[in-house]
Amino acid sequence: MHPVHRVGQRLERAPGLVPGLSRFFGARRRLALGTVVSGPLLWLVVVYLGSLALLVTSAFFRLDDFTGKSTSEWTVDNLDEAFTTGAYRTLVIRSVLIAASATLVCICIALPVAFYISRLARSWAKRGLVVALTIPLWAGYLVKAYALRAIFEPGGDNGGGFLNSVLGASPGFGYTATIVTLAYLWFPYMLLPVYTGFERLPDALLDASSDLGAGTLRTFRSVIFPLLIPSIAAGSIFTFSLSLGDYITVKVVGGTTQMIGNIIERTLLAPNQPLAAAFTLWPIGIMIVYLAVMGRLGAFKNL
Amino acid sequence: MKRARKVFTLSAVAMLTLAACGGDDGGGSGSDLPKELGEGEGAVNLVAWAGYVEDGSTDPAVDWVTSFEEETGCEVNVKIGNTSDEMVELMQSGEYDAVSASGDATLRLIAGGDVAPVNTELIPNYADVFDDLKNKPWNSVDGVSYGVPHGRGANVLAYNSEAGPAPTSIKDMFDPASPWAGKISVYDSPIYIADAAIYLMATQPELGITDPYALDADQFAAAIEALKTQESIVGQYWSLYTDQQAALESGSVTLGTSWQVIVNLASANAPSVMATKAEDGATGWSDTWMISSKAKHPNCAYKWLNHIISPEANAGVAEWFGEAPSNAKSCDLTADPNHCTTYHAGETEYWTNVYYWTTPTENCLDGRTDVKCIPYTEWVNAWNELRA
Amino acid sequence: MQLSRTSRWSLRTITYLTIGIVYLPLAIVLVLSFNDSNALVWPPRGFTTHWWSTLTDVESAREALATSARIGIIAMLIAVVLGSLLAFGLQRFEFFGKNTLSFLAVLPIALPGIVTGVALRNTFVRFGWDLGYLSVVVGHATFCIVVVYNNVVARLRRLSPNLREASADLGAQPWQTFRYVTWPLMRSAVAAGAILAFALSFDEVVVTTFTAGAGVSTLPQWILNNFSRPNVLPYVTVVATIVMVISLPVAWLAQRLSDGPRER
Repeated sequence: MHPVHRVGQRLERAPGLVPGLSRFFGARRRLALGTVVSGPLLWLVVVYLGSLALLVTSAFFRLDDFTGKSTSEWTVDNLDEAFTTGAYRTLVIRSVLIAASATLVCICIALPVAFYISRLARSWAKRGLVVALTIPLWAGYLVKAYALRAIFEPGGDNGGGFLNSVLGASPGFGYTATIVTLAYLWFPYMLLPVYTGFERLPDALLDASSDLGAGTLRTFRSVIFPLLIPSIAAGSIFTFSLSLGDYITVKVVGGTTQMIGNIIERTLLAPNQPLAAAFTLWPIGIMIVYLAVMGRLGAFKNL
Repeated sequence: MKRARKVFTLSAVAMLTLAACGGDDGGGSGSDLPKELGEGEGAVNLVAWAGYVEDGSTDPAVDWVTSFEEETGCEVNVKIGNTSDEMVELMQSGEYDAVSASGDATLRLIAGGDVAPVNTELIPNYADVFDDLKNKPWNSVDGVSYGVPHGRGANVLAYNSEAGPAPTSIKDMFDPASPWAGKISVYDSPIYIADAAIYLMATQPELGITDPYALDADQFAAAIEALKTQESIVGQYWSLYTDQQAALESGSVTLGTSWQVIVNLASANAPSVMATKAEDGATGWSDTWMISSKAKHPNCAYKWLNHIISPEANAGVAEWFGEAPSNAKSCDLTADPNHCTTYHAGETEYWTNVYYWTTPTENCLDGRTDVKCIPYTEWVNAWNELRA
Repeated sequence: MQLSRTSRWSLRTITYLTIGIVYLPLAIVLVLSFNDSNALVWPPRGFTTHWWSTLTDVESAREALATSARIGIIAMLIAVVLGSLLAFGLQRFEFFGKNTLSFLAVLPIALPGIVTGVALRNTFVRFGWDLGYLSVVVGHATFCIVVVYNNVVARLRRLSPNLREASADLGAQPWQTFRYVTWPLMRSAVAAGAILAFALSFDEVVVTTFTAGAGVSTLPQWILNNFSRPNVLPYVTVVATIVMVISLPVAWLAQRLSDGPRER
């Protein structure tokens, strides 16, 4: 304790850049704040938000029919096309349902697994188990998707497909394969926050619940789950958003299914950049609403 | 927060102003034709159909890129475009030097100013190209040539001979009662609507379709209807060629619109996969190598164009892909001496029944002036809605 | 907490079953790397070590690995600086609009990659900037910043303010408090965030596809391109297996760092 005190006194008037800056900024909090966040703020606002704003405005330009390039004429036709066409509305609903299903699958598996690791596993094994379940994050997205394709391959007269070989049947490419694959790919993103949430649950609360006579399921329903909602919400932001915008997985295991990411990619490559920009308004809008709801549930305190 | 909000608003306004003022205009001028070739720049970036630029990564014996790289010192980077639309988009970015464009891309690229006229005098091998490929409506404007012909071919029907006898008509692809239902593979591009038009030419002649790329509102609506009905029997929409190859090999697809190169690759692992041509007509392509107006490596690009239509390289790619070469001398160099006959390389009359991929425009391509035809952007929109 | 035998048993089963399912596709990748065939299909056709023994000849793989590593490191460094600064600023200071900024800081990861990719590409093309290395780095750094920010802010929240107050009470200047008290407590979170940011950048494919120039080929792009190149395709499984094995200690390290200084 004493050395710091003495050092502090000596450095009160010490020369040097760092102590000088420290005194300068210490007295001017707002300036300190400004300097600290200005760099990242500049990046996020100018580069990222600016690009988004540019994208949104580009949706209002008309496309030249023949050259495939954006003109400078303003029109709401693109938005009209993207938001009022029945086929596209169905597509968006389908995408949201697929993303929600994948998220639900992740939640249903993450909860018991995190419970086990946090409360029942030996303490020396806990980190190992968590690492074991998050290693696949490092294995490479494309490779995992194609491995799952090999698993779901319906095969044909020439045999083939893992499930087909082992079980004799396979759901084939389509909704099931897509939801399972998406859940598989993003599972670690749900597990980590939920596990952290479990770790923060005070033992005393759970003991009190059993003391009062509640069974496991009752304790889970009334005590654990409500406390975990912020963690689940935080995890679901990643799994939902990653599933909603995904277009590669659907191409690999989805058969003829299309999601919103596919229509954006397809339209951009048409080339029809303004219409593609109009389509991106769908996931942007959906995610902003989703983030607001999850924020209400406390997700941001828990990322 | 106030400061943050100000910064945001200011930068957003700045960006919007810049964006509104800027903006790409078309208009590549024809006046800057290079008069002579300089030194190679060391690299060339190509956009090509799968199978056109082979360097041994698909099959170690199939390689006409390494010899080019050794001769000219231009290292080749190739980006495969799965559809013509993708190729147009890639060329618009200005990142690539040359593209092997089909007829449904060429005029769009020219109109958009993304490709430059080509001085064919700088390409010695151009002299040996078949005459009926030079200066055609899809690769030249007012006599100014915009590229060199690569070769031409017709889309084939791939089928699995163990699943049924060879299909003779395009009806097998569309009829709900088709014996191949559920295992049909369709090319995932708006240009496929032309195939639906050919189907209508065979089954509903009263619609009066003469050119599958010149469809008025009624004809177009009928084509879309046919495609909607087709959806229930389709097993796969492919754009990546190895996807169709894998499906043909595994047996989950037994009939589909395809290219000869895919059938060749699939039959190496599954010998029952074969190809045939529909009797009622087929879509096809006549491809042109074009040079970008923003090419960073124009000299290497010219050298590549000369190389790919040289007798040896053109023979190689024609045999590998399964198409008719554009260089008359290639016919003597193909491994299969009958290649050119099989693919009708020199027969001008044969090609009048193959409907090359072309960009549909409002001015009907079959010459009708009493109606307006559906332009390509509508084809794209209709196809997107169909697939959604 | 008391749990019935059934509950205990079923939770354990679910956990280990999950682990098994999680590793099944990875095991298939490993098996297929010895497959004597050009396609990524099951069942394997024959055994060969050809792909493993000739991997070093595949120049495109080496280049792709180098490109990915380079881009990953640069993006990670940018993210470490900017992400930590942002976390520090948002955690330490109270100001109006803080919530909006926290929300904004999550957007690059919360919005789907295709939106970020399309937006950035549009910006680059609109201003006529060349797509190339730099454009990819910008794209990657944007979401990497978020990863570092998340990790650091979570750690800063857990740090008791008592320590800082004690340090100030003892006469330390703010920079001394930072150097001797705060930084040692938060640096493992920065490190964990950096590792995660690198991993994210290394594996990213969507934003990269839209922002990369003609000559740039990261590892995921190389993998994607090889799906059209049957003769190079099997090398993808070999490279994937190698990356998986190398990442085992790295993932362990990241988890250990993010747990923090001697918790519990």
